[in-house]
Amino acid sequence: MAALIETRGLTLHFGGLKAVDGVDFTLQPGEIHALIGPNGAGKTTFVSLLSGRRMAQSGTILLDGEDITRLPAHLRVRKGIAYTFQITSIFPRLTVFDNVALAVQSQGARDLPARTRAALARVGMAGLEGQEAQTLSYGHQRLLELAMGLALNPRVLILDEPTQGLAASEIDSFTRLVESLVPETTVLLIEHNMEVVMDLATRITVLNFGRVLATGTPAEIRANPAVQEAYLGA
Amino acid sequence: MTGGGVKVWALHLALIAVLFTAQFWLSPYHTTNLSRIMVLAVFAMGYNLAFGYTGLLSLGHALLLAAGMYAAGLPAQLWGWSAGPAFIAGVAGGGLVAAALGLLALRTAGVSFMIVTLMFAQAGYLTLLYFAPVTGGDDGFAVAAASRRFLGFALSADTPRFLAALAIFAAGLFASLALVRSPFGRTLVAMRENEERSRMLGYNPFTVKLAALTISGLYAGAAGAAYALLFGYVGASFATIQYSILPMLYVLLGGAGTTFGPFLGALLMFALIEVASGLTSAYLFFVGAALVALVLFAPKGILGTIRERWVQWLP
Repeated sequence: MAALIETRGLTLHFGGLKAVDGVDFTLQPGEIHALIGPNGAGKTTFVSLLSGRRMAQSGTILLDGEDITRLPAHLRVRKGIAYTFQITSIFPRLTVFDNVALAVQSQGARDLPARTRAALARVGMAGLEGQEAQTLSYGHQRLLELAMGLALNPRVLILDEPTQGLAASEIDSFTRLVESLVPETTVLLIEHNMEVVMDLATRITVLNFGRVLATGTPAEIRANPAVQEAYLGA
Repeated sequence: MTGGGVKVWALHLALIAVLFTAQFWLSPYHTTNLSRIMVLAVFAMGYNLAFGYTGLLSLGHALLLAAGMYAAGLPAQLWGWSAGPAFIAGVAGGGLVAAALGLLALRTAGVSFMIVTLMFAQAGYLTLLYFAPVTGGDDGFAVAAASRRFLGFALSADTPRFLAALAIFAAGLFASLALVRSPFGRTLVAMRENEERSRMLGYNPFTVKLAALTISGLYAGAAGAAYALLFGYVGASFATIQYSILPMLYVLLGGAGTTFGPFLGALLMFALIEVASGLTSAYLFFVGAALVALVLFAPKGILGTIRERWVQWLP
């Protein structure tokens, strides 16, 4: 099966710090792929390179075979790579409706209200559309962030620590929601909560010091001695 | 931002209707002042689209006002253009200069953007002085009565002048209302609120802001051209820093990011200066005091505060 996203030798150094150091990575269509690793392993930097928030110093990124290494972030979004922020980044003074409508209309303004409400309903936020986003609970703000990502109708949805700060009950429904997105949308997930990772992921890539330590199914990763030493066993 | 529908449009129509009747109950002196205020409000509406909605704090809008004024005034002066074509040239002049300014200045943001726009506006002012034989420099020049005619009406006469100012003001007001209630208006606000998030929703911040600044320039150009043709005077004094600060004051006073704010601000500030300058030559003291009061008690401006507290559907 052809990879949806493929990187070869992807590299970004900050001075002496090798944040991402020659990463070869493939994302298969329809999978939920988790990216794990200790703090500072380069996970967020790596997905920033995929989404175009940062530019790689060397290496290539292919989206469905097309080289997008130098493409600016907003054009990658239009090609179907959606990024949801680790630190919730919404439009705090706009209504919930306007937040999601901004995502919908960047894909073309047809059926704007209907498509906006559909995205909100998908994350269970129908009825909150008139509320100002900054007055939402933290859990709802995370869901709003996800609704904005979904409203982009992406091929790849990158979730950067989506369950961080959520209550246990919220995590469970969030997990079910992410599960329901595949296979139409491919999900790349950065996550620290191992229960969520083992529950959701079809494949896992472990990063350490900017390099790929291991890639495999959850069972393979759990059994990998190098991973245990660097991360899981800790 | 949206919502309110019919109510909102009715409210804006009502303002235009009230302004139309003003010519019957105001003295000629005040009618002329109101014409002037409406023209300045058009300038401020353009400023509001850039600053109030898109978050572009420019200190160079005098350049755009002067661009419109000279783009209308010079062809009238040199080649005897009549008011219609001269006005269109003025609008285009404001838009073109704004686009050129944006291509350069929008590489910066925040305080740097303020400084760069201020610098370009000062360069524009000095250019007008340098070419004083053509531009008239600080003294400026009077626009010939022959060019101040539109469809057979003399724009120097009170009633045609008032109606022309009202027509331009109404067009500007409804255009800005339609704009801010459109999806594009939502995109402008998104730039102001969270540019990085907007980029990650697929918008190119540079082109969106360039479009906003260009539209703002069209308004400034229309105001400059209208000033030249309605009041018959073109001069470099309109390119000074004072005319970059004024629209900001109007917008801050009336309420940034509200459609009525620019007009209300222009009206009140004009009245304040009128009254204060009758009392003392230090009238700028009153302007300063008003601003301090505004910052202390109503930082969102008059209509911004009203919208926040009482009338949420106000656009």
